[in-house]
Amino acid sequence: MTRRVLPGLPGTLGLTLFYLTAMVLLPLAALVIRATGIGFGGFAAQIGSPRVLAAFRASFGIAFLAAWVDTLLGLLVAWVLVRYRFPGRRLLDALVDLPIALPTAVAGIALTELYAETGWFGAPLAALGIHVAFTPLGIGVALAFVGLPFVVRAVEPVLADLDRDVEEAAATLGASSWQIFRRVILPPLWPALLTGFTLAFGRGIGEYGSVIFIAGNMPGISEIVPLLIVVKLEQYDTVGACVLGSLMLLASFAIMLTINALQSWSQRRLGN
Amino acid sequence: MATSLQAAGFARRGLIALAFLLLLVFLVAPLVLVFTRAFGDGLAAPIAALREPDALAAIRLTLLVAAIAVPLNLVFGLAASWAIAKFRFAGRSLLITLIDLPLSVSPVVSGLVYVLVFGAQGLLGPWFTAHGIKIVFAVPGIVLASVFVTLPFVARELIPLMEAQGRLEEEAALTLGANGWQTFWRITLPNVRWGLLYGVLLCNARAMGEFGAVSVVSGHIRGMTNTMPLHIEVLYNEYNLPAAFTVAALLALLALVTLAAKSLLEWHLADEPSTSNR
Amino acid sequence: MKFHLTALGLLGVALLALSALTAQAHGETTLLNVSYDPTREFYAEVGKVFGPKWKAETGEDAIFQTSHGGSGAQARAVIDGLEADVVTLALAYDIDAIADKAKLLPKDWQARLPDNSAPYTSTIVFLVRKGNPKGIHDWADLVKPGVSVITPNPKTSGGARWNYLAAWAYGLKTGDGDEAKARAYVADLFKHVPVLDTGARGATITFAQRHQGDVLIAWENEAFLAAKEMSRESLEIVVPSISILAEPTVAVVDSNVDKHGTRKLAEAYLNFLYTPEGQELAAKHYFRPRQAEVAARYAERFPTLDLVTIDHDFGGWTAAQAKHFADGGTFDQIYKPGQ
Repeated sequence: MTRRVLPGLPGTLGLTLFYLTAMVLLPLAALVIRATGIGFGGFAAQIGSPRVLAAFRASFGIAFLAAWVDTLLGLLVAWVLVRYRFPGRRLLDALVDLPIALPTAVAGIALTELYAETGWFGAPLAALGIHVAFTPLGIGVALAFVGLPFVVRAVEPVLADLDRDVEEAAATLGASSWQIFRRVILPPLWPALLTGFTLAFGRGIGEYGSVIFIAGNMPGISEIVPLLIVVKLEQYDTVGACVLGSLMLLASFAIMLTINALQSWSQRRLGN
Repeated sequence: MATSLQAAGFARRGLIALAFLLLLVFLVAPLVLVFTRAFGDGLAAPIAALREPDALAAIRLTLLVAAIAVPLNLVFGLAASWAIAKFRFAGRSLLITLIDLPLSVSPVVSGLVYVLVFGAQGLLGPWFTAHGIKIVFAVPGIVLASVFVTLPFVARELIPLMEAQGRLEEEAALTLGANGWQTFWRITLPNVRWGLLYGVLLCNARAMGEFGAVSVVSGHIRGMTNTMPLHIEVLYNEYNLPAAFTVAALLALLALVTLAAKSLLEWHLADEPSTSNR
Repeated sequence: MKFHLTALGLLGVALLALSALTAQAHGETTLLNVSYDPTREFYAEVGKVFGPKWKAETGEDAIFQTSHGGSGAQARAVIDGLEADVVTLALAYDIDAIADKAKLLPKDWQARLPDNSAPYTSTIVFLVRKGNPKGIHDWADLVKPGVSVITPNPKTSGGARWNYLAAWAYGLKTGDGDEAKARAYVADLFKHVPVLDTGARGATITFAQRHQGDVLIAWENEAFLAAKEMSRESLEIVVPSISILAEPTVAVVDSNVDKHGTRKLAEAYLNFLYTPEGQELAAKHYFRPRQAEVAARYAERFPTLDLVTIDHDFGGWTAAQAKHFADGGTFDQIYKPGQ
């Protein structure tokens, strides 16, 4: 297997490494160097400030909930897309990717217009006493919007590969549809669901464009980490911004590792 | 048996209706709103808004940025996927993680890192300034930030595709006397062409629509360094909502074209689900 | 094969486009004015009026580029390398930061132009909804139960800092100079704030278009503009009994104009703001002119009120910034939402 018949490894690998180093590694290293320049004490002081803690709570908490909502909705949509044939299926399928293709700033102003108290959805919701725009709920709506495709696209292929014989066998043995869903369909889907959840969550904690318009930007309540980074920059606190940026980077790495682990788990499962 | 079938039928229709309703309310409504706000009062105002010099400059800049960022990442994606999918070497999975990294880095951080490197107070900034080269707050910085955020799109479409296809065909071609480039152009590229196109589409959509990263490095000079998403923000801040939504509608239209092209691609690929999975 | 050509074609287009763009940058003298949010309309017109005058005087075609955003963000961009020829920011503190951190202009920049380098001034007023349903007449009415107040975040918005200091001045005046009373009043005021936008313009849009809050504390010029631009919303301006003299400052950025060879143009551009014509333009865009004769013509538009100043009452921006807006300062101490 080590015999290299195909040419081009040194060239392509060299180009890949050079490009990644110049475009990704060097800039990210600059960020980390700048952040760690203040020493451990300064770093800890930055992280420990109540405003930073609150922003992390808001970002991670809201992104977590939004990813949960995405997982539920995404499973439903993936199920419908994979299992049923109906008119308009292709349209539905194409629509799922809308949040990926739609620029985040467009999504941001559109969602804000929609859910503000003067908007199409905001007005009736406000009449019910539910305020969406400028509250953490609004951030949740925006994050759920951008995260939905990740769950659907993660679950779809696995759902399509499921062996339907087992379901039929379970049905013949008298299992209810709920039992079949819980015991037969859901278990093999877990890795894919978790992958989708993690992708949606990862996208959510870093999201800026679609959130900035709809968030109330209240420090301690609806101020998210990416916004706080911008705020720190505006206060000439570059180091503070770098510290927050490094922490976000760390979170990104953790998320990538989780996804990789989930995928090898999934491959092992499907291999069985 | 009949009742359970009926029940299944109800459940089926119910679930389909629910999925439609959900996507309509959740995903389509914002789109409809954009077009209503833009074209609700006739076409004269939107056309005027698009013919305004600053809007034209923003459109030009957005196209320019995409025209540079997409080919760069296309070449990178091809090289990276060839190396990663066709060969086994130490650190390979780390490389894949690195390629995927920009997807999960917050856009604000993506912009910030270039300011840290190329800004006047940054690592390389003073050197570039001394040599009269402007990077951040000029077009090169916007291109760099866009390249960063769109870097993974082509590569991550191609890697699984090339992996799935293995190396037998290429090895056969080489055995038959084709050289490396011939093998690549005649065998590998045709095999992955739809996946490649799909990656390029996504890359392009993101390059044209990026807001957070570009906002940090742009400097917001009207008619010079404002891309379309930034121009939307400018118009929005000038109480010019109809114009803001007109430019937004143009970008949304682009998103729709991307989706349509992508769906067409997928009809071609009805038997190759690998493009829809990561 | 097709793809080969496509890729080459794309690269070619990219190169052509890039060269076209760089070519466009030569030819005329351009002046970049990096400014803050509410001056968009004003400087757009200054460019239109001053351009032909400059051409008549020197025969040179000048192009005026402007960049707008939150005052702090704009100053940060200049520090990081946005090559502004002139900066026209919301407060002297932000230009101080440029002098301080990037050394692009001398520290005594503010003494180089008349009137503290502030060719026009403004003040802080209230904007309320039609008919003033909550009966807002002065600062005391802002902290009445059930009144909700919109102001941007003083940490990020220059305008919001003026708002905050005006409120502080009112607290001091009614508390007979007792700092604790001023602090209590401002703390109370911020309990009535449901949304903190990052910039003055964002706050105006939140108030006027999204119908959040009962009162917007805003720049006078911003309030006039909002009332005019959004006549549909029928907004009314309320002038409080006491406010602050807001002095948005302007400066030539020495390092950048010397590099671009635009010093003459930059100086003429800023000096134009002090001419009767420039003062008229400022008044037209709802800034208070400095020149007495121009101001007299607009006396009806700009009512006189009791105005404190940053230098006299707060010891200058550096002191005010350190005391109120730095991390751990008064604002951080009094503003604790959700508690």
